Amino acid sequence: MHELSLAESLLQVIEDAAREQQFSRVKTVWLEIGQLACVEQESLRFFFDAVKADSIARQARLEIVAIAGQARCENCNRNCGIETYHAACPYCGQYALSVTQGEEMRIKELEVE
Amino acid sequence: MCTTCGCGVGQTHINGKPVQTRHRAAQSVRFRAPESHDTHRATETMHFGNGIAGTHAPGMSQARMVKIERDILAANNRWAEQNRRYFSAHGIFALNLVSSPGSGKTTLLVNTIERMRDQFPIAVIEGDQQTDRDAARIRATGVAALQINTGKGCHLDALMIGRALQQLAVPDNGLLFIENVGNLVCPSGFDLGEEHKVEIQSETEVEDKPLKNPDMFHSADLMLLNKCDVLPHLNFDTDLAIGYAHRVHPGLPVIRLSATQGDGMQAWCDWLAANCRRVAANANSMETGF
Repeated sequence: MHELSLAESLLQVIEDAAREQQFSRVKTVWLEIGQLACVEQESLRFFFDAVKADSIARQARLEIVAIAGQARCENCNRNCGIETYHAACPYCGQYALSVTQGEEMRIKELEVE
Repeated sequence: MCTTCGCGVGQTHINGKPVQTRHRAAQSVRFRAPESHDTHRATETMHFGNGIAGTHAPGMSQARMVKIERDILAANNRWAEQNRRYFSAHGIFALNLVSSPGSGKTTLLVNTIERMRDQFPIAVIEGDQQTDRDAARIRATGVAALQINTGKGCHLDALMIGRALQQLAVPDNGLLFIENVGNLVCPSGFDLGEEHKVEIQSETEVEDKPLKNPDMFHSADLMLLNKCDVLPHLNFDTDLAIGYAHRVHPGLPVIRLSATQGDGMQAWCDWLAANCRRVAANANSMETGF
């Protein structure tokens, strides 16, 4: 996916929060990124470094919490962990998985001053 | 701006005119150094109560945690919801057509328009990095088309569509095709407010594309397998390709068709017509309260 757009959106959310919650400096940004989300983490870090210059987040550190992929098998009704969309159910071998977790791209919280 | 993926800011054009597509507020929040009200005494006094907490506890900094709990694409998603409400209120069935470059999206659109223009009003939003060649092909059919040039950008976003809707008169109870930039990766995560993403793969491509580029196949609601007329000249295993798509997206509906020769076009047009009638009927019942 387009990590520059994501980085700009991320900064926008931070700046909106700064207006609402009256803070002037961001020290740490905590993100939750699902393993299946179409985000290249290193690319996101690169672009966030580029867009945060001259902003209240210019000294901010990105902390990315990876959310493991999980799915439920529509065939055998069991839950399993998955790392790719094209995974088969480890129990019954069918390609009948519905993703239940791992597509997140969320800003969880900020450490601010 | 970007030398890795080539995305730029401020290079988006709609029908050749530049548009502002940055979502950021007009006045950005700038970095401020911590304020010191009494610089003369700063060297003599260490004040631990100036921070936002107004007090100090040993071992704790003045920093605080702010819960955000927002999607990174929250702004795009807000615009997408606004577009979706507009489509719903006006009975417009909107589709986001996504594929690799060269799958035959524009040819499919032109031939679909020829078949359906007498049944439903149609409008088209074309997305390309450069040129209005695709919009010109659509306009040649007599249907209104608006061209968005994304400059160096590799996908359409919901704000671009919102702006386009202010310029393009999409008829009520009609069909809106949004032809995204040919790109099998980036457009998958950007909701435009459409009802469905339709992924177009051609049989001149490779069977394992769904495995190699899974995000688009996962986010699509319908897959069109185009150029089926040239299958006798290809080493393409249709069942294998559909099987791979179903690994990534179990149950994904597939229509095989040839936009140029007409095979399968009836099934595609029937699907469009059924959805158009449903969406128009829903808008009508919303309006009348029944």
